[in-house]
This record gives sequence, structure tokens and C-alpha cells, in this order.
Amino acid sequence: MHLARLELTNFKNYEGVSLEFSQGFNCFVGNNGVGKTNILDAIHYLSLTKSFFNSSDTLSIRHGDDYFMIRGTFVTDENSDELFCAFQKTKQKVFKLNGREYQRMSDHVGKYPVVMLSPADSTLITGGSEERRRFLNLIISQYDPSYLEAHMRYNKALMQRNRILRGSGPDNSGLLEIYDEQMAPEAELIHSARRNLTENLLPLFRSYYEKISGGAEKVSIRYRSHLGSGDFRQQLADSRVRDYAMQFTTMGIHRDDLVFEIDGHSARTNASQGQQKSFIVALKLAKFGLITRMIGFAPALLLDDIFDKFDQTRVEEIIRLAGSGEFGQVFITDTQQDRIHRILDNTGVDFRLYRIGKKGIEEEITNGVK
Amino acid sequence: MSSRFPSRLLEEAVNEFASLPGIGRKTAFRLVMHLLRRDSGEVRRFGETVIRLRDDVCYCSVCHGISDTPMCEICSDQSRDISAICVVENVQDVMAVENTRQFRGLYHVLGGIISPVDGIGPSDLTINSLEERVRSGSVREVILALSTTMEGDTTNFYIYKRLSGYDVRITTLARGVAIGDVLEYTDEITLGQSIVNRRLFSLPSQG
Repeated sequence: MHLARLELTNFKNYEGVSLEFSQGFNCFVGNNGVGKTNILDAIHYLSLTKSFFNSSDTLSIRHGDDYFMIRGTFVTDENSDELFCAFQKTKQKVFKLNGREYQRMSDHVGKYPVVMLSPADSTLITGGSEERRRFLNLIISQYDPSYLEAHMRYNKALMQRNRILRGSGPDNSGLLEIYDEQMAPEAELIHSARRNLTENLLPLFRSYYEKISGGAEKVSIRYRSHLGSGDFRQQLADSRVRDYAMQFTTMGIHRDDLVFEIDGHSARTNASQGQQKSFIVALKLAKFGLITRMIGFAPALLLDDIFDKFDQTRVEEIIRLAGSGEFGQVFITDTQQDRIHRILDNTGVDFRLYRIGKKGIEEEITNGVK
Repeated sequence: MSSRFPSRLLEEAVNEFASLPGIGRKTAFRLVMHLLRRDSGEVRRFGETVIRLRDDVCYCSVCHGISDTPMCEICSDQSRDISAICVVENVQDVMAVENTRQFRGLYHVLGGIISPVDGIGPSDLTINSLEERVRSGSVREVILALSTTMEGDTTNFYIYKRLSGYDVRITTLARGVAIGDVLEYTDEITLGQSIVNRRLFSLPSQG
């Protein structure tokens, strides 16, 4: 399966553009700020119904307009699927598959998976635990539809429970226990999904890290959760006094974290810049490998500003790997056309290259192996 | 629409209509202009109906549904089955269940659903009165017919706990594939529930 066509209307800096893609490599080259990454973000929208970068859809609308539309065609050997995503200010986002509108965005997530590698990923290590939970959520929801549902239900119950703890609410004798009862099964499902994911991710992650860094350091990912140390219902009951004092729920999967370690020390404080980059790339490739294994085909790989993380040799290596079928369709952005073009030519893979300038697409090069 | 109105009366009327849910300023303006074209007697009746509704509306002392009398038509209907109570969120839901013509028991209108975030706790609903009805003894079954949302589940759960000490069967609406739905487009959660709670096949005539 691959994305054959993409059409953007009023999306980010594009007033209207239509692109055709290769099954192999698709490169967008051009100076900073011309909108290369925006194309990757549009593909992210088609896959996960939202932007990789912004939590608000309004920010994806072209300046001065009040709506955007994204159309994409995914093609398999037998058939093709038309995806449509539109958002208008102050209205609800609309998402359609073959003309049929989704009741819930979550029903779509996971059908056309992607993995994005971007310079913004460094927050995975340097940012707060929320970033790492988001990382876990995004992976699991691409192969387990019940996970997102459980997560939404958990968060709703948590919000209600916290409202009671903040005290100014209505008299609620007995309500806290009901929320505990409602949260517990969801929390257990989420916990076991996250634990399984971490266990499955670790060997892949280690082998990619070794390949990328060539170093001898021992790296590790550890899943840390309250639910790992006892019965969650009991923990909620035991922490009630503290919860009232803190005015929020102190125990639960909303406090989970992933601990990244390098030679037994925190990667955040002890790893060099280079090691952190290798760490993130290995993590993302492990994610890619895992989703491939779970769903039986390779997701699209979005490599934003590929030379931010890789040097020339590594990029060649990745493109060879991809050419050998380990990756599916790949989308790349780079500022230097010659550099990436030469590599693609050398490796002999099927590719399409778009040069983007201030006025949009300026040139389209393909090697013709369609 | 920020245009200025040529008349203060017009503007005030538009503001009132626009305060209704689902009515924007444009629609409000259209409705007001429509009223102006109507016969003045008709408009008077319209206004008086709204005022009377607010002033004279009655809530049934048994089920808390809206009624013209201290006890509503359903609760005072001798032919209905007093051993079954269907618990719903509001009057619209009573009408929805009544329209099915499949239920001959009585109702209990909660007047909302538990949601601390919206400032609604159990004591804001008619749950005490429901417990009272169950305590009085003639009720054999309480059917929980609330929305299948998290808040609906919380409320079900709460009522279940409150009534657990009484000799009464507590049931809830079946959840499953809607009639006329194509399986391919049924959401996974509902379809999953339908598989888990599948039932013995029966011919429609014996349904």
C-alpha cells in the first residue's frame, strides 16, 4: 500500500497543490521556510487525523483563509482508497474514507500508519513525561483500536475525579469509589499495552542503536508505572487522603514514564548530543519495525530534515535498506538538492524529487521506474 | 453580523432569540422578521404560550416528568405495569421510549446525569426519590436507560450501588449493532460488545 496522490487546499503555506508520489522515495528539496515539512505534516494528517506539530487545527489553515482541505489516494494492488480531511474555523473537523464520514476520528487511526522522524523529536529525551506517554500512545493506537477508547474513558473519569478532589464541587459521598471502579479496568488495559510495547520495543531498539552509533555503550528503556507495583484499586483507595490534600489524582497511568538509560545513567543528563540523536533515531526505527510486525506491512516513513540526524554514509545506508524492502514508502525533506539527488541516483532506487520554492513546486524529477 | 439595528425593539428581540441554544444572530434576525409579518393576535398567543409554559409547568410528583397535573398521565394510568421502572435522563427520553410502544411500565426522570465537571452531583438528581419508590415495595425491575457515555455509566453505577440492598432486578439497555447497519461500518467497540453479548437466533415471528 502506498500514497499515490496528495492534494492540498489552503493547508499551511499551500493555496492549492497536487502531487503524485513514487512507491519508493519521495524527496522535497528547497530552502528553509518554503514548506517542505508541511507536506509531511499533511501526510501525517491523513494517517492520524491531526498535525504532528500543532495541537490546534486552526494553526494548519493558510494565513487569511478560514478552512483547509487535504485529499489523498492510497493504492494497494487491488483497489484504492480516497481519504478526505477538512477543517473550517469554529466547525468540527470532517474526515472521510471513500466519501463516507467517520463518526469518530479514532476509528480511522491505524488504517494508514506513518512514522515521522523530525528534529522536534529531541523533546522525547529533554521534555517532560507527557512527551513519552504521547510516544507510547501514538504507537499503540496504530495497531490496537481498543487502546484509544480506553484512554479516552480513563481521561474522562480522571477529569471528573479530579473535579471532586478540588472540593468546590457538589457533595459526592461514594462517587470517588465509582470513578475508581471505572478507571481501574481502563488503567489495567493501558498498563499492560504499554508494558508489552516496551518489552517488544527494547530488543529492536538495542539492535538499531548498535547499527547507528557503532558504539559499545549499553542502552535501555524502562517503563515506569504505579500499576507495576500493586493493585490499582487498592492504590487509589490508599492514596485518597493525599489526593484530597493535593487536589488531584496522584496515582495512575497518567503519571507513567519511560526511563531512557545509557550505561545505567539517565540519557537526559549523561548522553552527548550525538548519543541523544542516535537514541531517538533508534527509538523511532524500533517503533517503525514494531508497527510493521504488528500490522503486517510497512508504514510510510516520514524523514523530516534527514541530515539533521544522519551523515552522508548513514543516509546512503538507510536508502539502501529501504530499497531492499525493509521500509515501505519514504518521504524525505532536505535543503540541498544535489546531495540527496546524488545518493538516490547512486543507490538506483525508485524515486521522485520535488524542488519547492517561494511560489510552490518549481521542478519535478523522477528516475522513471514507475 | 455586527450591523447596527434601526430599532432598539428589534435589537432586543434578536438578542432574546439569539440566547436560545442552536440559534445564531442571523437565524434570530430571520425569526424576528417572520414574527413581525404575522398577525398580531398570533404573536400574542405565541408569547403568552411561552410565558404560561414557564409559569404553570408542573413536574409529576412520582416520576418527575413534565405534566399538566400533579401526577402525569403515565403514572396515573391504571393499565400500566407498576412493577417496572425505566430510568431516563430527561423528558425527551421518556418520549423516545414511549414511541417504541414496547414498554408498558412506569418511568423515572433523573433530570440530568452525574458530572462533577459540570457541577452536577447525585443530590442534584432525583435519585433519592427513585430509592423511595423502590423502598415502597411494588417495584420488581429497574431498567437503566441512560446514554452509553462515561457519565451515563457513572450514573448507572451509582444507582446500582444505591439500590443494591433492595430486592429488585436491575437491568440496562442492550448494546449492539443497530438495525439496518452494515457490519463493515459498525464501530469496533459496539461490534465487539455485540459478539460478546450475542444471543440465540430466533425467527422474527417468534421474536
